[in-house]
Amino acid sequence: MQRHLISAADLSRDDAVLILDTAEEMARVADRPIKKLPTLRGRTVVNLFFEDSTRTRISFEAAEKRLSADVINFTAKGSSVSKGESLKDTAQTLEAMGVDAVVIRHGASGAPYRLANSGWIDAAVINAGDGTHQHPTQALLDAFTMRRRLVGRDAGLGQDLSGRRVTVVGDVLHSRVARSNVDLLHTLGAEVTLVAPPTLLPVGVESWPCEVSYDLDVTLPKSDAVMMLRVQRERMNAAFFPTEREYSRRYGLDSDRMARMPEHALVMHPGPMVRGMEITAQVADSERCTAVEQVTNGVSIRMAVLYLLLGGNETALTARTTEEK
Amino acid sequence: MDTHAKTHASDARPVLEGPDIARVLTRIAHEIVERAKGADDVVLLGIPTRGVFLAQRLAAKLEQITEREVLCGSLDITMYRDDLRLQPPRALARTEIPGDGIDGRLVVLVDDVLFSGRTIRAALDALNDIGRPRAVQLAVLVDRGHRELPIRADYVGKNLPTSLRETVKVLVTEEDGRDTVLLGAKPAAPGERQP
Amino acid sequence: MSKILIRGAKVLGGEPQDVLIDGETIAEVGTGLDAEGAEVVEADGKVLLPGLVDLHTHLREPGREDSETVLTGTRAAASGGYTAVFAMANTFPVADTAGVVEQVWRLGREHGYCDVRPVGAVTVGLEGRKLAELGAMHESAAGVTVFSDDGKCVDDAVIMRRALEYVKAFGGVVAQHAQEPRLTEGAQMNEGVVSAELGLGGWPAVAEESVIARDVLLADHVGSRVHICHLSTAGSVEIVRWAKSRGIRVTAEVTPHHLLLTDELVRTYNPVYKVNPPLRTERDVHALREALADGTIDIVATDHAPHPHEDKDCEWAAAAMGMVGLETALSVVQETMVDTGLLDWAGVADRMSFQPARIGQATGHGRPVSAGEPANLTLVDTAYRGQVDPAGFASRSRNTPYEGRELPGRVTHTWLRGKATLVDGKLT
Repeated sequence: MQRHLISAADLSRDDAVLILDTAEEMARVADRPIKKLPTLRGRTVVNLFFEDSTRTRISFEAAEKRLSADVINFTAKGSSVSKGESLKDTAQTLEAMGVDAVVIRHGASGAPYRLANSGWIDAAVINAGDGTHQHPTQALLDAFTMRRRLVGRDAGLGQDLSGRRVTVVGDVLHSRVARSNVDLLHTLGAEVTLVAPPTLLPVGVESWPCEVSYDLDVTLPKSDAVMMLRVQRERMNAAFFPTEREYSRRYGLDSDRMARMPEHALVMHPGPMVRGMEITAQVADSERCTAVEQVTNGVSIRMAVLYLLLGGNETALTARTTEEK
Repeated sequence: MDTHAKTHASDARPVLEGPDIARVLTRIAHEIVERAKGADDVVLLGIPTRGVFLAQRLAAKLEQITEREVLCGSLDITMYRDDLRLQPPRALARTEIPGDGIDGRLVVLVDDVLFSGRTIRAALDALNDIGRPRAVQLAVLVDRGHRELPIRADYVGKNLPTSLRETVKVLVTEEDGRDTVLLGAKPAAPGERQP
Repeated sequence: MSKILIRGAKVLGGEPQDVLIDGETIAEVGTGLDAEGAEVVEADGKVLLPGLVDLHTHLREPGREDSETVLTGTRAAASGGYTAVFAMANTFPVADTAGVVEQVWRLGREHGYCDVRPVGAVTVGLEGRKLAELGAMHESAAGVTVFSDDGKCVDDAVIMRRALEYVKAFGGVVAQHAQEPRLTEGAQMNEGVVSAELGLGGWPAVAEESVIARDVLLADHVGSRVHICHLSTAGSVEIVRWAKSRGIRVTAEVTPHHLLLTDELVRTYNPVYKVNPPLRTERDVHALREALADGTIDIVATDHAPHPHEDKDCEWAAAAMGMVGLETALSVVQETMVDTGLLDWAGVADRMSFQPARIGQATGHGRPVSAGEPANLTLVDTAYRGQVDPAGFASRSRNTPYEGRELPGRVTHTWLRGKATLVDGKLT
């Protein structure tokens, strides 16, 4: 039984579709005068953020509050808590206060997995992004956005993304969003192509269930969705690419490139966007860019995940990985 | 409501058959028109799964009688249930509010079986988050008794005295391929929760 | 002095023989030896090996006595069948002066469980900039012969060259921890399929191989010898094989864990598998086993690296690198080399005693089991199979990757110069 959500790779196709379908119903709550459900009344969820991420934390918080959970926010950034020992201590302290679930964002890959599998705590663990490993709710909200736009809001129910072609562009090496998306999109039947300079692709990427290309212009016309990843300027200093200008020229999305995409194709971005680097302002503000919609959908997806993991006496998600211990 | 209880088809006997159900629904439709004085502000909301189909049939009959369009939708009460913690989370069903909402209207909730009343309590809570109806009424195909809350139906297809050891199962053509109401014995499962 | 008769032991895995210890030396080896006046140890078909020698141990004293001390470390060594260990220099303070090495050496002598041969730092403070007083450490009572900045790589080519040259004056050897620092910045595990998936910083094989390649060429150029610590990749094996074929004087070690474990284990994010150099792939493991069998890799060294519980009971990135190994080394070697048919017990004696003693010039250790030799001996019950239980460790630390794993072989007796340090699996 899967009590936690650690990696997008842990989700079966049916689990993923169930989450997307549930999120679709959750989304309708947002259209009502009272955007609140009593479902998680009496449950306590802690948002344990070891890394700054106002966007993700607020999204989870909105989802938790809409489901009437009691919310505790714990931001440990910069304090002595960055030392490993404290993850355990902090988690145990919170659990001693009667926490039912821990939503964790951590700079170290695998920290949520450790929290879920080390016997430190009993609470359900939801990964809100760990190091350069996984960010499963981001992948789910991306898939949700794609299904809505490409298949349809109602027509999409029960459906996956079979046959859709998704291109993920940018700093794959340092991106948990890319890893989660490759896993989930593959599970949902989509064909994924990663496009990046070779320096920003991990050694071992050849074993991932996707294609890899160095050439954006060749890939664009064959894409139903193009997901632009944020590229941090500091990567430049570590010689991952020569200059911002060269990166933009080869891998940035501008109006000319967008024109080469099929009419129906989406431009996606997990945010925050670095305008002028991986995406021009014109593209970012265009009708086809779903960045803002993705933020909205994030709340619905997180409501769905929280409901399915915490709404009953046990989880609704099936197990694909064996938990340690 | 105990549509989820397992009923053994073999030892379950029909208490209402297809034609009975059609007749009963027609009667309820007439009662609604009568009570609601023309039913022009009525919104029928079926409770998933089978209540939705019954609501649709009622709406069709009301339209026949009144020769006006009758609004009909669905109200999923899953996330308002008081027994959420007692079982795994269920898949959500659709809540579809027709027209421009329920404010100031007469909402008639439609369900297949009225039992403990807890479903209807959840439905009233759910309605509360959606708007403010002029009044709320309840139509059920079968009332099997054993209320645990002060709730009663305004329109009842059939009052069916039952024991707690029995199950009542409503089948509808749209979902189950035939129309019937089955009364059966509940398999004695150790430690099983009372409905 | 007392006499001990070990009866019916398979010496180096051969036919059962009796071995008579008289005082500090082996008096006689043969069949049907007279037990008159001797304490008899019935070996019952167990395998008798020369006392094992570990060229690569971290005893942590001085400075990190919370993880290990010379006493607990040497007790762990005796438990594992060792009679001599080389204690690495990365203590606090660093063993880069005669004073520190003498202190460690003396502690070993006082406790008497196992000879401790301190390794001297190559550079002051292991900082890689300035040569430590190698000659002074050699001339000290500790008589240092092996120098290493282990834990850190001597990455400056000029410093490495000078160290290789300098130790020629007194026949020392530099043991290199081969790790190109720039290529391993932020590295957390072997770079490959698993690191790509787990999002952990990659530690490329080439970071090890490029340094080994440079150093064998340097050793050749200056006519010195070089020892490669914990070789971990198939590519490193190829380079050492090539160097040896050219007559370059290079020796190499492999750890037990690199003979058994792969980076697939990191999928658990359990830091008990975090080690430097990192666990590699199945392909590397096989190359290392073959190289140890054919002699390309000369020895097994434990890289016994004790850490307190809290340094491993955390998320991967925050955890310390290293595993304890003294008490499981022989079992892992039996599992990976003997039970697989790659090496016989004479081969094990060679790789775990003769060769390490030769490389480290541990006088009196790594000698044949024959009359007149020092009675440094280890008796192994090779038929035993059991689960590893860290609670039974003599080491102060428990960071073993083998907890709960079933492994063959158990050391029942260890004798250091005729004195039993381990009897029936219990420390004396």
